[in-house]
Amino acid sequence: MNLKDKLVSSYLAFDDHLEDDSPIHEIRKKAIHTFEEEGFPTKKEEDWKYTSLKSILNKDYSVFPKGNKDVKFKKVRNYFLYDIDSYKLVFIDGVFSTFLSETTHDGLDICLLSAALSKSKYKAVIENYYNKAAAKNSISSLNTAFAREGAYINIPKNKEVEKPIEIINFSTGNESALMVQPRNLIVVGENAHVQIIERHQSLTANPVFTNSVTEIFAEKRAYLDYYKIQNDKENASLIDNTSIHQEQNSNCKVHSFSLGGKLTRNNLNFIQNGEHCESTLKGVTILKDKQHVDHNTLVKHNAPNCESHQDYKGLYADSSTGVFNGKVIVEKQAQKINAFQQNNNILIDDNATVNAKPQLEIFADDVKCSHGCTIGQFDEDALFYLRSRGIGLKEAQALLMYAFANTVLESVKIPELKRRINKLIANKIGVNIGFDI
Amino acid sequence: MLQINELHAGVENKKILKGVNLEIKPGEIHAIMGPNGSGKSTLSSVISGNENFEVTKGSVKFLDENISELGPEERAHKGIFLSFQYPVEIPGVSVTNFIKTAINENRKAQGLEDMPASEMLKLIKSKADLLEIDRKFLSRSLNEGFSGGEKKRNEIFQMAMLDPKLAILDETDSGLDIDALKIVANGVNKLKSKDNAVIVITHYQRLLDYIVPDFVHVLIDGKIVKSGTKELAYELEAKGYDWIKEELVS
Repeated sequence: MNLKDKLVSSYLAFDDHLEDDSPIHEIRKKAIHTFEEEGFPTKKEEDWKYTSLKSILNKDYSVFPKGNKDVKFKKVRNYFLYDIDSYKLVFIDGVFSTFLSETTHDGLDICLLSAALSKSKYKAVIENYYNKAAAKNSISSLNTAFAREGAYINIPKNKEVEKPIEIINFSTGNESALMVQPRNLIVVGENAHVQIIERHQSLTANPVFTNSVTEIFAEKRAYLDYYKIQNDKENASLIDNTSIHQEQNSNCKVHSFSLGGKLTRNNLNFIQNGEHCESTLKGVTILKDKQHVDHNTLVKHNAPNCESHQDYKGLYADSSTGVFNGKVIVEKQAQKINAFQQNNNILIDDNATVNAKPQLEIFADDVKCSHGCTIGQFDEDALFYLRSRGIGLKEAQALLMYAFANTVLESVKIPELKRRINKLIANKIGVNIGFDI
Repeated sequence: MLQINELHAGVENKKILKGVNLEIKPGEIHAIMGPNGSGKSTLSSVISGNENFEVTKGSVKFLDENISELGPEERAHKGIFLSFQYPVEIPGVSVTNFIKTAINENRKAQGLEDMPASEMLKLIKSKADLLEIDRKFLSRSLNEGFSGGEKKRNEIFQMAMLDPKLAILDETDSGLDIDALKIVANGVNKLKSKDNAVIVITHYQRLLDYIVPDFVHVLIDGKIVKSGTKELAYELEAKGYDWIKEELVS
């Protein structure tokens, strides 16, 4: 049975267990219908032209993992920001881990989506926000149909969350092949501030296919810093569907560090609904072997006097492939928009490929939009400069790669995280560059 | 220390150096002057191993070894330093991290361990003081957004850190105001010893008031056409280059 048929028939069994009066039951039914109609996206679709899911759809995934396998903290410590205090929402094979998590209801909610979906005190929030931002395409719908668990974060008005929140999804390899569909709902209230780190981490070489949906709502003057660490094992693939709705004067930044995994697709949508919004999308991609990363971004300016900044940098070695498909839409009423998009790539090996496709759809007349895209090799003058100081060719290249990627890190607000990513990048580049990082 | 013999070099199909001869001994300061496009920067690039230039004839010997086949980093390890006319901006790497990497790469080539962090810090401090460089400057990205003067001062700071046997200062005076010029020249003079040598490449005699050369060479159309002492520089300043060209014709 192919994966689509398996999922559709699994849904029927799943549906039987659902309470009929569940407010999201109708949403699920509609979603599975969409998925059944449309199936998994193929390269025939313009948005998926450069990314084929074939190599990950041919596995026999467990869709409902059997149970919660315990994971010792010692074994996974390094995947946390262990040197600072943080809230933690940890899921093991899709199931919440009480042991590894640190939740709160003390003045803000950092807890489980399953609880939010079932308890009446969250009903109003769920009704207001749930599935309101997620795309209605087939892959997001698949998640919506099956969504049971994930992070539920609700930051009330004027609350500055002092500790970062880590959302970590581990897969243990307990199943020979596992499919998980985490679902996160995040509401950042008026003038509230929060920092969130999300990570998907497989602990073995067994295939894992994650199809995650994250919905974020940034209310007026809300401030969000969101960091995605995508440095998974060689057989782990991820489709990340993140949609952010921004209200007036809100400021949202998403950094994506795509440094590993078999196939990663980032569907990152920003919708600006109020004036004076600022959206920042940054990415560092460092790939080798046959790894593949596809950044599909959308910034939709619906209101005037807003800004968006996109800056994606990529380093591609071996036969790795990258895609940058960045769409900016400026609606007619959205005058005085500044929208910038930058995508720079270095191909380290002849077999590496990058496909870059910026798309600007501008319907307003008083806007400043720019996009720049480069695909190149190392700057010869810079190499000579470094070598003339006694730095060997390989180290000079490493230093330039490091420098190239490092400029994206400047806006990372959590020093420990910055240090960690720095180190990850240096390791990926594979050369000890002779200074502390 | 440096012996250049009948050196011909250029880019692709363009000949730039057309038979340069030059000998430099330890402890000497040589100035190379000449009009625009005469090949001054090409000469410094070729000595330091820039692979964009092709040597078609002749040889460059450093410490009695033919270095023509060596890469720029190997020449640096032997003690050749080039202060760039246009230092390259490298966003994302701080001045400190860059110089630490350079120092340790040079030590590695000499079979030495990395310099201990405390020693490195002390060295950086003392050399920064020598060139009156603000500490804050050292944590900025290499050359990014530096003024012309800051770039040149940073070059000499690197020279001070690396302590080369032969330093080539390529138009180090361009873009410097008189105060910065004095600081840079003072730095160079303090680093000077009987064991090292300096080549000063310049358009103007101004820098030579502060870094006083033992010899002055005039490079025109890829050849050293006249050599003399520092008085030659004054003569060039007063009369320009045309009289030498005329001398050549007659």
